[in-house]
Amino acid sequence: MYQFDWSSIPGALPYLWQGMVRTLQITGVAIVVGIVLGTLIAVARLSKSSILSNLAALYVNGLRSIPLVMVLLWFYLLVPQIISSLFGQPGVDIRLLSAFVAFALFEASYYAEIVRAGIQSVSGGQVSAGLALGMTSGQTMRLIILPQAFRRMIPLLLTQAIILFQDTSLVYVIGLAEFFGVAYNTGNRDGTLVELLLFAGAVYFAICFGASMLIRALQRKLVS
Amino acid sequence: MISIKAVSKWYGEFHVLKECSTAVSKGEVVVVCGPSGSGKSTLIKCVNGLEAFQQGEILVDGISVGARNTNLSKLRSRVGMVFQHFELFPHLTVMQNLTIAQCKVLRRGTQEATEKGRRLLDVVGLAVQAGKFPAQLSGGQQQRVAIARALAMDPIAMLFDEPTSALDPEMIKEVLDVMVNLAQGGMTMMVVTHEMGFAREVADRVIFMDQGQIVEDRPKPDFFKSPGTDRAQQFLSKILSHGAQT
Repeated sequence: MYQFDWSSIPGALPYLWQGMVRTLQITGVAIVVGIVLGTLIAVARLSKSSILSNLAALYVNGLRSIPLVMVLLWFYLLVPQIISSLFGQPGVDIRLLSAFVAFALFEASYYAEIVRAGIQSVSGGQVSAGLALGMTSGQTMRLIILPQAFRRMIPLLLTQAIILFQDTSLVYVIGLAEFFGVAYNTGNRDGTLVELLLFAGAVYFAICFGASMLIRALQRKLVS
Repeated sequence: MISIKAVSKWYGEFHVLKECSTAVSKGEVVVVCGPSGSGKSTLIKCVNGLEAFQQGEILVDGISVGARNTNLSKLRSRVGMVFQHFELFPHLTVMQNLTIAQCKVLRRGTQEATEKGRRLLDVVGLAVQAGKFPAQLSGGQQQRVAIARALAMDPIAMLFDEPTSALDPEMIKEVLDVMVNLAQGGMTMMVVTHEMGFAREVADRVIFMDQGQIVEDRPKPDFFKSPGTDRAQQFLSKILSHGAQT
């Protein structure tokens, strides 16, 4: 029978907390940038200009066809080069920066599809009504269509955020110590890997399950 | 005010509008009727450029709708339109529905726009509903708000695309009453509708369309006395006898 040894967890808690902060930072940046960029891409994809819509389609389909780990590694290898050639040696942690960029760009491709579906779920009559009042198509999109689309998309956007939150654990491949990385390293060091990974899993589960419950409650509220 | 000259439109191979010509002068009320699929909604949507057309010319207040250099948004802001399915903005309150285009298109201040909105809600009898959302109103109320929303832009003409077709029978009258008042107030109106009672009461002219063509375009008394074509005669007797039964 395996003897669990939980003794190293209390001492690791401050580090785990720092890891969690980092995890939340990456998640937060990716959500905000991803939604803003994703919305622009979605609008481009639905635009009448075939150049814009093709470019947007290429972006979305391209990024969605590549494993996230690979995108992360590419950016880890690329972003430092670009930044140091532009600004010299940066003061910030280059691994964190490349994680921000990679996740934001990657998530944008997923958010773009969610936003596109949301825009298409708003009836064409609403567009006509906006245009008939003298609004430009940009105003109609901004003032009439997107607010309605986002309201309907909230549950999907949040579900995607939960997936993203879990996916951030992948940054261990570029040696960045977010929550999962800290748990893994601590466990390795103290010889209590099983316990720490169990503990980390429990934390992920608690947060994601709680968030899912919240979304479900929100969904009920939106429907009623 | 509105002049339509030999307008033709195709959806791919399908010829929806065939050389349609007519005109609506200032203060005139023109009712457009005809069987479904006859192109009457398409024609009225060409007037404010919501539908493009391939041939012919439409002038609104002297401005060509189809011309490349026309500022369509500006033109549309001067022509009110009321839709079959109301198309109120569901995420905005009734008052916000009335003020948004005033503020964003005409650049009116919030206070001025709200005042205007309040006055028009009063006109359509819905002043107490200003803070509600469209979904909390009945169909007839929503359509009256939609009319007020269009009027808030101080339009030079109003287009109505089957404004009562999606309404329950008991709500049709409240909407028609508003439209009758508007017509009697001198508004230039082009109205696609099956409501022949409305046509009898306020129309100056009646246009009958069939298969993309304007088959008849005559002053109201002539139209109802003796439609010039069998097709119009048939249509009229069908909807009138139906109307008599209900």
